[in-house]
Amino acid sequence: MNEAVDRLPGNDIALALYQRMLLVRRMEEMLGEIQKTGVLPGPVHLYIGQEAVAAGVCAHLDDHDWIASTHRGHGHFLAKGGDPAKMAAEIYGRADGICSGKGGSMHVADFSKGILGANGIVAGGIGLAVGAALAAQLDGRGRVAVAFFGDGAANQGVLSEALNIGALWRLPLVLVCENNGFCEFSPTETVTSGAISDRATPFGVPGVAVDGNDAFAVWAAAGEAVERARHGGGPTLIEAHTYRTRGHVEYEVTFLSEKYRADEEVDAWLQRDPIPSLAQRLLERGVAREELAALEESARAAAEQAYRYAEASAWPNAAQAHTDMFA
Amino acid sequence: MAKRKIIQVINDALAEEMERDDKVILFGEDVEMSLFGDTKGLARRFGPNRVRNTPISENIIAGAAVGAAAAGYRVVCHMMYGNFLYTGMDAIANQAAKLRYMTGGQIKLPIVFLAVTGGGRSAGAQHSDSVHPALMNLGGLKVVMPTTPYDAKGLLKSAIRDDNPVVYLQTAGRGGDSGEVPDGDYVVDLGRAAVRRGGAAATVVAMGGMLKPALRAADELAARGIDVEVIDPLTLVPLDEEAIIASVAKTGRLVVVDEARLTCSAASEISALVAEHAFHSLKSPIQRVTVPNIALPFSPALEKVLIPDAARIAAAVERTLQERVAA
Repeated sequence: MNEAVDRLPGNDIALALYQRMLLVRRMEEMLGEIQKTGVLPGPVHLYIGQEAVAAGVCAHLDDHDWIASTHRGHGHFLAKGGDPAKMAAEIYGRADGICSGKGGSMHVADFSKGILGANGIVAGGIGLAVGAALAAQLDGRGRVAVAFFGDGAANQGVLSEALNIGALWRLPLVLVCENNGFCEFSPTETVTSGAISDRATPFGVPGVAVDGNDAFAVWAAAGEAVERARHGGGPTLIEAHTYRTRGHVEYEVTFLSEKYRADEEVDAWLQRDPIPSLAQRLLERGVAREELAALEESARAAAEQAYRYAEASAWPNAAQAHTDMFA
Repeated sequence: MAKRKIIQVINDALAEEMERDDKVILFGEDVEMSLFGDTKGLARRFGPNRVRNTPISENIIAGAAVGAAAAGYRVVCHMMYGNFLYTGMDAIANQAAKLRYMTGGQIKLPIVFLAVTGGGRSAGAQHSDSVHPALMNLGGLKVVMPTTPYDAKGLLKSAIRDDNPVVYLQTAGRGGDSGEVPDGDYVVDLGRAAVRRGGAAATVVAMGGMLKPALRAADELAARGIDVEVIDPLTLVPLDEEAIIASVAKTGRLVVVDEARLTCSAASEISALVAEHAFHSLKSPIQRVTVPNIALPFSPALEKVLIPDAARIAAAVERTLQERVAA
């Protein structure tokens, strides 16, 4: 396991990270509240606590690069530049949703932004990212593909397949494992042997473990991996250690018969919340408190506007159920 | 016109389409050497960027096909045996067959999955399945099963130019079948059945490897003054429903011959179609001639017991002539 290089982003990048993380946080917090009102047609898996990973990685990407995401995919969608209002309308199952209401929370995608989509199959995005990386390699324009996946997905065989073929073909691929401590309701260590980042080593692929709650550490590790990928150096596996402070799925308290983790454990991780710690570092760098407050306000306003848009959007026309199966 | 074998025309179609469109790429297990001969010489001709051997990793092969297609390529993905589609089934069923629909039609997925289908060669249960029923039920895949060199070439060219995932199933053991093929470019449209023999006594729908025994049965019956109409669907999704219904409207009797197992076979689907749409044309009960719900055995002495042959097909036709629907 290599430690991430000690590279730090300048204030402009750091503020952009903070802005993205705040947008994701406000969107997800509001969604958690909305879920309780019963207006959402289906389940939502919130990204709260993991925002530094999506923001730190996507800061190195533009619309021409690809990402593939997971069932917990709202943060990746937003960090890659997806439209919050279109995402919100999709989660509501409405006509104005980014997938016209056909995908829902687990399938938010915007191919025009290089977002291959959230994915309801654990590890399902890894193959898509490998294919996009192959396309990027053939195009020869320096594009890269990033697969976000969880610690649960690391136990799917397709990760080994991807590391093997990615290394063989030196694909412009970054594999980002967000180890958030739980595979649904099973603590990761009860279903996972060894360190996930070490799984890259036998394939000759660099494996890096970073503090996934430290936006700067993720940004630095991802920067190195993306640069390597862009310049023909092949794939990297990044394991970002973070924590899912919310449940696997928002309404889990309604069906779980017992607790699967201690309140003290959650509280300890809440003390390591990536957003206040990034704010603290920005203040230490001399960024004005008012500037942070303004970013906070704009994130809140964007999230409120997104859900207002979703609520105002109509249900899809019944005829839409029959379209889009084939081109 | 020239006499060509099925395996040669698949090779011809691949080469011509790769020549025609530089976005067409081919990858899969042993495509460089070519186990069946269908991809022979293509690696040398088109180079390693467009023709690549893959590891034996069907999940990543199929998943990468989806990702590369989403990122702008026209992918031909060689899965070798139909049974190996099952090991790549997650990517085929959950990604390829659904990604366009669940993202609201944002993308096209031009993919051809090539595989050999069916038994009769003592290849054992894991290399002999007729895999089309499972694929037909997914909804998002087109399924093609050519029977002659003419349509093997024209259908493959159509499949490659199609903007949707198409599974192209080549019948096992029939690669050496030869026939007249036009010189130069031509396509055979997907979704159009061929009437292989005209007749008024009964309709026999026979697909893939079942066409030959059905035609033999038709010859034997003709010698006894019974002229049956033999319809070869060629494409199972989309199915040429009109051709089948029109024939049954004429003959009033139907035998469907399918090498798949009975339950949920294409024969079952076609039988249901006719029962729904041409019930009043039927003069006797529909007969399905299929493999029973049993895995195919190794020994030729056992395998031939289960795979429909001309005698079973002829006997089924005779049953339709003897039995009558009560007035």
